[in-house]
Amino acid sequence: MNRRQIRKARNGVFLALSVAATLVGLACLAAILWTLVSNGIAGLSSRVFTEMTPPPGSEGGLLNALYGSAVMTLLGICMGSPIGMLAGTYLAEYGRTSRLSTVIRFINDILLSAPSIIIGLFIYEILVVRMGHFSAIAGAVALAVIAIPVSLRTTEDMLNLVPSGMKDASAALGAYPWRTVVSVVYPAARSGIVTGLLLAIARISGETAPLLFTALNDQFWSTKLTAPMANLPVVIFQFALSPYKDWQQLAWAGALIITVTILVLSVSARIILSLMQTSGGSKS
Amino acid sequence: MAIIDSRHAARQLIYERVFRSATLAAAILVLLILGGVALSLLRGAWPALSHFGFGFVTREIWNPVTDEYGALAPIYGTVVTSLIAMLLAVPTGFGIALFLTELCPPVLKRSIGTAVELLAAVPSIIFGIWGLFVLAPLLQRHVQPWLIDHIGPIPMIGKLFQGPPFGIGVLTAGVVLAVMVLPFIAATMRDVFDTVPPMLKESGYGLGATTWEVIWHVVVPHSRVGMLGGIMLGLGRALGETMAVTFVIGNAHRISTSLLAPGTTISSSIANEFTEAVGDLYTSSLIALGLLLFLITFAVIAIAQAMLRRLERRALSPL
Amino acid sequence: MMPSSKTPKSWKIRPPVATEAPGADLSVHDVKVEIRGLNFYYGAAQALFDINTTLEDRSITAFIGPSGCGKSTLLRVLNRMYALYANQRADGEVRIDGEDILSDKVDVSELRYRVGMVFQKPTPFPMSVFDNVALGLRLAGAVRGSRLHERVEEALRDAAIWDEVKDLLHVDGRSLSGGQQQRLCIARAIAVRPEVLLLDEPTAALDPISTLRIEEMLQTLREKFCIIVVTHNLQQAARVSNVTGFMYLGQLIEIGPSSKIFTSPSNRKTDDYITGRFG
Repeated sequence: MNRRQIRKARNGVFLALSVAATLVGLACLAAILWTLVSNGIAGLSSRVFTEMTPPPGSEGGLLNALYGSAVMTLLGICMGSPIGMLAGTYLAEYGRTSRLSTVIRFINDILLSAPSIIIGLFIYEILVVRMGHFSAIAGAVALAVIAIPVSLRTTEDMLNLVPSGMKDASAALGAYPWRTVVSVVYPAARSGIVTGLLLAIARISGETAPLLFTALNDQFWSTKLTAPMANLPVVIFQFALSPYKDWQQLAWAGALIITVTILVLSVSARIILSLMQTSGGSKS
Repeated sequence: MAIIDSRHAARQLIYERVFRSATLAAAILVLLILGGVALSLLRGAWPALSHFGFGFVTREIWNPVTDEYGALAPIYGTVVTSLIAMLLAVPTGFGIALFLTELCPPVLKRSIGTAVELLAAVPSIIFGIWGLFVLAPLLQRHVQPWLIDHIGPIPMIGKLFQGPPFGIGVLTAGVVLAVMVLPFIAATMRDVFDTVPPMLKESGYGLGATTWEVIWHVVVPHSRVGMLGGIMLGLGRALGETMAVTFVIGNAHRISTSLLAPGTTISSSIANEFTEAVGDLYTSSLIALGLLLFLITFAVIAIAQAMLRRLERRALSPL
Repeated sequence: MMPSSKTPKSWKIRPPVATEAPGADLSVHDVKVEIRGLNFYYGAAQALFDINTTLEDRSITAFIGPSGCGKSTLLRVLNRMYALYANQRADGEVRIDGEDILSDKVDVSELRYRVGMVFQKPTPFPMSVFDNVALGLRLAGAVRGSRLHERVEEALRDAAIWDEVKDLLHVDGRSLSGGQQQRLCIARAIAVRPEVLLLDEPTAALDPISTLRIEEMLQTLREKFCIIVVTHNLQQAARVSNVTGFMYLGQLIEIGPSSKIFTSPSNRKTDDYITGRFG
């Protein structure tokens, strides 16, 4: 076999390996989704949406957990996203190249990838210990802290995409930067901002670790923000690790609900983003 | 001449000052959060650290009854599971990125790329329960007995695969972690490969190189920094991951040479024990573990970000 | 002639010929490349229309024409670089030494080894100067050890850059200046002794002094290779080439000795372009 044939063979082998790697990746995705869907659907019933989490060995649903997750996610986004958006606005419009901005971007990127359990410990120290007990509000704050870096990043990226010509035109009319941002830049980046919001919601809806010692959990219906509140991820955690079949089934149902929610949010975000790119595109 | 209402103008100025301060305050809050995290962890960990001293990091013992705690087992578990995860996920992610950038027919590119990104969005608790209910039994019934019988007897490596096939354990946790980190590594590497200028690749092809040769001799050296940054970022995530490993690690504060034995990681120790920890020393020791994790992941992620920023700057320069 | 799988391709020794001034008669050299009925498509859009011509060995042929006329497209057919992109397609015949390179039987990487290419911007690989030039030879595996050093030095000398880099062989190729990088890329392309050398606007990104150096170098390389240059710069084409082809909207309008094309072209369009009435 001459040199060229050896090279072709080697090429073929490595390219085949890369195809194999892709198949492995896709197979893992398929396996996980398949297990999730088949087990989750088996556990799904109207009861899941109408009854509370049951004690071990009896039947029930996930209503209190769904409510709790919805409330805390909403609160978390309402607290975290505006802060992230304002901070992102500062980095994109006011402090583009300053030293402070570079540091803030760097720190933000670290927070973005930081272990969420650390955030949970942080909120435990400053809120739970202070208040003397676990609470839904502590859980919401923990989620907010996780949402801030996500919102900051997406906001800054989206605002930077707005053509500078637009901003210059507004300034040329005598508008202050705040006016330009509010009246020109935000509307121009509208779909990007919505996308960022959806992605932040998707990110925090699946987080378990930060809720473990802030909101804790509650077997019963609870609406008090200053008390522990049931939430889906912690319920899944508790039920899946238990030896009870009923609980495990509910855990799968809950897992399916979370995953579907997150996938719907992520896909919507991508659709909005691609619509923005095809229509908005390079208007300058 | 344009007429300016001076009251209106004054109000606009006030709005400007308010808005600007608000954005600045929000931005600085980010710094304060990081500082707050560091400080509160330090404060919470102080009782344990001052009690055990440096020995905290080197002792394996973990006994809530006698109030004796050491971080060695969790640190070992964190490092080993992350290492296994990276050994499995990096070559696979490299292969996927290679496929997507060089081989994939354009019709499939979008869907496979999207599939990879959607997998990255799946929350880690899903990987955890999948690992517990699907992967662990699978490994227990089919893979682990094979490993124990065939690799166990081999002199050196064999020590890694001893003991009864529990199903759960350090190896299983490493595999689940690998599956979780894989989409992130694949997506990051693909983004890095996409920044290689087509003209540079064509120069390689122009010399008569095969696709693999262009990738190995041109694309990879060009992307070295970006690849390394992406790998380190993936490592940072693996080190800090909680839910994916807690379900399958076995939660034993022990260090064993066998990968098939149960163990523990820093984050799974905290997740499992924190709410039931009685006594200040116990709680403080767990927070001390958190502090260690914070320091380790901070260092890894900071280095990774620095590398990726270097790549961003180079990619923007003309070629 | 495609090399058989058993004998390595050897450099054909030819008797040295006195340097021809640009514009010498077409018939002195052998035909190296024959193009018959070449059509090219980007997806559904046609970019080249029925190109027919021959290109001779040991001479420099320049292709000129306004932006979008298809001259770079034509160049990229000659080493089938377009094959890297799914929606690009070529129809017709292109024969190098009698063999149709567009046929499916041709090994494309083998073809690209025999037909070298230099691009508009310098594209040094992320490796040392020496490794850059040696890469093509190393991949082919035909040359090793001290012979490799000889070939690298020969290429760097022919590219008129040896004196500047002989003590810098181990520095990263990207740390050279723009003009040096481009000469490095030329050295890299000629190190494998290709039969045809394609240059796509090689001095477009360079300063006048580097441009001059490269033009002088091409004159000396003319004796060894069939060189085809695409250029936007009419003066460069007139200075450097002995044959010039004018292209417009995907068609080869006129091709002939440079002295004739630039002084009294047969076609009205060519005349208009050369005199700057459009372009």
